[in-house]
Order: sequence, then structure tokens, then C-alpha cells
Amino acid sequence: MSNRKIRVLVAKPGLDGHDRGAKVVAHALREAGMEVIYTGLHQTVPGIVNQAIQEDVDVIGLSIMSGAHIPITRKLMDLVTTKDLKDKLVMVGGVIPQRDVALLRQLGVRGVFPGGSRFEDIVGFIKEHVPGN
Amino acid sequence: MGVATYVKDERDAIKEVILQSGIKIKPVYTPDDLAAVGFDYEKDLAYPGEFPFTRSIHPLGYRSRNWTTRQYTGFGTPEQTNERFKLMISHGQTGLNVAFDLPTQMGYDSDHPMAEGEVGRVGMAVDSLRDFEIAFKEIRLDKIGSGLTINAVASVMLAMYQSVAEKFGYDKKVISATPQNDILKEMVGRGAWIYPVEPAVRLVGDTIEYAMKELPRCNPVSVCGYHIRESGCTPAQEISYAFMIAFAYIDNVVSRGYTAEEFVGGFTFNLNVYGNMWETVAKFRAARKLWAKLLRDKYGVKDKKALFLRGIFGGGGSGMTKQQPENNIMRGAYYAMAAALSGAQTTALCSFDEAYTIPTERAALLSLRTFQILMDEIGLRDTVDPLAGSYFVETLTKQMEEKILEEMERIEKVGGMVEAVASGYVQREVARQAYEYEKKLQDGAVTKVGVNKYTEGVDMEVELHEYNEEWSRQQIRRLKELKAGRDNRAVKEGLISLEKAAKDKKNIMPFLVDSCKAYATVGEMADVFRTVFGEHREPSIF
Repeated sequence: MSNRKIRVLVAKPGLDGHDRGAKVVAHALREAGMEVIYTGLHQTVPGIVNQAIQEDVDVIGLSIMSGAHIPITRKLMDLVTTKDLKDKLVMVGGVIPQRDVALLRQLGVRGVFPGGSRFEDIVGFIKEHVPGN
Repeated sequence: MGVATYVKDERDAIKEVILQSGIKIKPVYTPDDLAAVGFDYEKDLAYPGEFPFTRSIHPLGYRSRNWTTRQYTGFGTPEQTNERFKLMISHGQTGLNVAFDLPTQMGYDSDHPMAEGEVGRVGMAVDSLRDFEIAFKEIRLDKIGSGLTINAVASVMLAMYQSVAEKFGYDKKVISATPQNDILKEMVGRGAWIYPVEPAVRLVGDTIEYAMKELPRCNPVSVCGYHIRESGCTPAQEISYAFMIAFAYIDNVVSRGYTAEEFVGGFTFNLNVYGNMWETVAKFRAARKLWAKLLRDKYGVKDKKALFLRGIFGGGGSGMTKQQPENNIMRGAYYAMAAALSGAQTTALCSFDEAYTIPTERAALLSLRTFQILMDEIGLRDTVDPLAGSYFVETLTKQMEEKILEEMERIEKVGGMVEAVASGYVQREVARQAYEYEKKLQDGAVTKVGVNKYTEGVDMEVELHEYNEEWSRQQIRRLKELKAGRDNRAVKEGLISLEKAAKDKKNIMPFLVDSCKAYATVGEMADVFRTVFGEHREPSIF
């Protein structure tokens, strides 16, 4: 596993079109030596999960700015469970109020990185939590 | 975000200031600087209200007319939005700026699977004319102008606005609506696109052509540099991209056999105010001048009023921070001041809770009061273009003009804006700069107070605008009732005519008005275009 690059799917679920954050983080992860796949906008949750399976990613990162992070994440985690993808590290970023962080963790999200998070923290978190690293 | 880069020595003395657009600011300016940039009073400045309008499009600026304040408003159901509209008007707001929820912006009805969790969240939900009848109830549509922040289905919403006005008994000639209707910038910055580039631009052309003939007080397009700047471009690029986008729309309508002179007076702009104040002021002064010159030289426009760069210059959300949110109240006030020093006719301000949620009532009112203090207490209405004649500001204005033209040339070289967006050229440039800026911010190469400097202190608790699942249920209920109660045959016939018009390249607007009046839904009308035009595929660039 040690020679394999960490593979990350940066996903924009739902109708929110604000992609500055997603693209900036995708760029930073690529600079950090990871293989990054960016889904583009307006993705459905099942579509994201399928892409995660096809691309055999280690990490699924959702970027959500509209405020709909709870319902979207809930839907994703349901699919992650039914499709037995528990080994994938799920992370959420975007406009996430502090009070929702605990709820997102309860849903099974491992890392929550609201706007303003530092690249090194995001990169460090992924390296620490992806098995084999 | 969006601040200049400062090079300092070990004793904190500033050695160099580099604006985002790439211009270096000198410590001192004298008449020699004006001479060096070739400043000519008559040519570059002239009187306010006179070509090239650098100082203002009005001879007396704010002395003759206060600016219009138009806070972005709308959430939940049409009932709630109507209440908030009335509240803001009762507090002295002079125009509306309607926020639609994402399903509406994306042409989905509230009961569509993609709408789940989003109905009424970031704006009001609109499924049909019935919702507009509620949202605009008791609003004087002949007196209050409405910005409609919608793009991919702006044609549908303009038709809806005309329909509701006529339903209320207003003549369509007296209503004033400004649909945002700038689809090219959605493809670069804001992401609410549906159809491929070419038919999407055609829809913009259809609304412009229709408004020219039928809706004389409507501004059919508000060209947005704003969102491209939010996505990461420089202030100079913001103006150059906006102008290149505007030319793409002008060219579409001119290709139908009209002259720009006949319709370009209906164009407005939506431009961003944040970051370095001098760069902002110089940007707007240069933009006013360039727009007038380019329209005259490129399109032969002569009518003075058609040469005006009009628009909403608003305080940008990207300047607001999540950290220490109270600081944003001050930031907002300075942005508003920059907008006033720039001669904005219409303004709006992102609220201090911007990085958390859509504004609470309290935050929205605070923004409105910020404008009122500025205009009624501080003296921003006293004289027109108070910074005119400053060696520094006039030099910088000339330099910004050059930068904007340079950036426009780059787009010309790749074949114009339609091509630059379709190929992803602009998206790549914007994404690259967003990343570089973020890196500078994280390295501390640029300073953002409360973010990477002066970070001590406890963050305030921000009261959050609450989303209510019930809004969605209520919208879906109303939609079901509507579909059961309307004349479904008339709806079907209307949609068939619309589809035929879309295929035959006829102007779709009259057909949309007919469908709106028959209570066809936004989703039904948007789907007609989906069938005929297909959907946009975005180039994956980061």
C-alpha cells in the first residue's frame, strides 16, 4: 500500500453551485501528493457513492455551502452503510455551523472542516486516518 | 479576503504595496504621476454626468438622488418572503432583491427528488404564478423595482413577474424588474447553470429582445463580475470578464438585426466591493469610463443614457469571515463607504453572519442601517465623486483602465467569452488565483484580521437563521393542489407551443408568459428547455 497515492473524491452534492472551496481544497490535496477526483457540480448522493466505488477512493469529501449538509450527509452515510463502504474516510467541508459538527460526527463523518480550515490540517487528517499511511 | 500584499521591513515599515490587480502603489503621488500616465482632464475626467462618466453618471451624484438600497431577501415560503419584503420596505429599503431557493434557480419544482432538503432554504421557493401572487401581495410593482436573482431560468421568472403584475392590474410598461440573467458568469462562478452555453446565451438574448419591445422599464440583464470575483479573480479581471460577457450578449442580439443602441441601455451590472478601498474606487471609476468608451467605439452607441454603466455595487461575501464575526459589521461599513465613494447607484451588503447562514432579520436590518448612517450622517451625499483630482486616485484609475484592457485582450485571444467559458479557460484562471490567494492567506503573506492575525479573543455566538422542514411540506402541498385545480389542458397546450418556439428559434418569452398565466410550473417550463437544449457539461478544472 505504501506506494499507492491516497485517492480522494472531492464531491459537490446537491444544487449548491459554490465551488471555490471545493476546488481550492482539491488543488491543495493534489499539491500534497494525493490523487484527486473532482465530481463537478450538481451531483446526486448515489452518483457520488458510485463514483467513489468506481474510482476506488480512500476518501470521500463533501463540500456543501447551502446549509443542507445534514440531510445530504445523512443520505450519503445510509448508502455508505448499505454498500459496505465503511472503510472510506468521509469528510465534510463548507458553511458548517459549530453546533452541527457533533451531529455530523454522529452520522459517521470522521472529519469536519468548515470554511477557513487550514490545508495542513486537512492534509494531516487524511494522512493520519487513511489506513496504510 | 481580497486584500493587497504588503512587503515590510523588520521594523514594520511598508516597502511595497501590490494590489490584487498587480498594480504597485507608491508612497507619494504628485502631478508628475498624472503626467506619467497621460492623464488629461477633459478626456479622462470631465464633468460628472458627462462622457466618459468617470466621476458619475449623474451631474449631481447623490445630491440629486440617494442610492437605492436593495438587500438580498427571500427565504422559506412566499408568505414569509412577502413579510420580510414589507418589513424591509417599512424600514426604508427602496428596492427589492429577491432570493430564490436552489430548486427554483435550477428549474426544479419543490417535489423533485433533487429539491429534497433545499426547498426554501437559501431563498424563497417558487413553483408557479400562485407563489408570486403571494410573494408580491401589496407591493407596489409600479413604484418598487425588483432584482430577481436567477439566471438559468431568468426568462421564466421575468415572464412570471410580468404575469403577476398584469394579474394585479399593472400595465407591463410600468413595471421594473432586473432579472440577473447572466448565465455565463454562472458557468464561471456561481454554478446555477442548466443548459449548454449556446442555447443558454440565446435565452438571455430572447429576454433582452423581448424587454426592448415589451418591458421598457425592465433591465433584462445584470452582468455580474461579482460572482467571478467571489470565486477568486482580481478586481481588474472582474471588470474585464463582465464586459466580455456583456459583449457576448450584445453580439447575440445584434446578430438578430438590431443595433446595440436600441437595447444596451437596459443592461445593468452587479459588481463587487471588498478588499483594498483604493483599488475598489479606481476599479469603478475606470469601469464607468471604459464601458462608455467601448460602447461608443465598438458598437457605435451615441445615446448618452445608453452609455451609462449602471448597476448594483455590493459588499462582497468573500470579504466576510467566519472567525470573529462581529468584525464583519465594521468590514461591511467600510465596504459600503467604498461603494459610496465609487458612485454606486444601487447597493447591497452581505450581512455579518454571511459565513454562517442566510441573514437573520436583525443582521439584514443592520446592513440597511449601515447605508443609512453613511448617507444621512457621515456626509457621503455632500458632493459628487469627492476623490476626483487626487493625484493618487486619478493615477490609479488610469492604471486600472490599462489592466482591464489587458485582461480583455487575453479573452479576445482565446476567441471571446463564449469560447473562453466553454473551454474552461476562465474557470482555470479563476480557480488558480483562488488557490494562490488561499495559500497566501494561510502563509500569512496577506493579512486578514481575526483570521491569520489578531486572532485572540472569544468568538461571539451567531444567532442562526433557522430552516424549517415544514416549508417544504407546505410548498409541496400547494403544488399538488395547484396541479389538481388548474386547467391542465391549457397548461399542456402552452408547453407544447413553448417547445415548438424553442425548437424553431422563435423568441420564447411570449410563450413563457402564456404558460405562466396558465399556472404551468417552473419545473415544467424548465424541462421543456431541458428536452430541447440538453444540459451543460462543465469542464472539470481545479
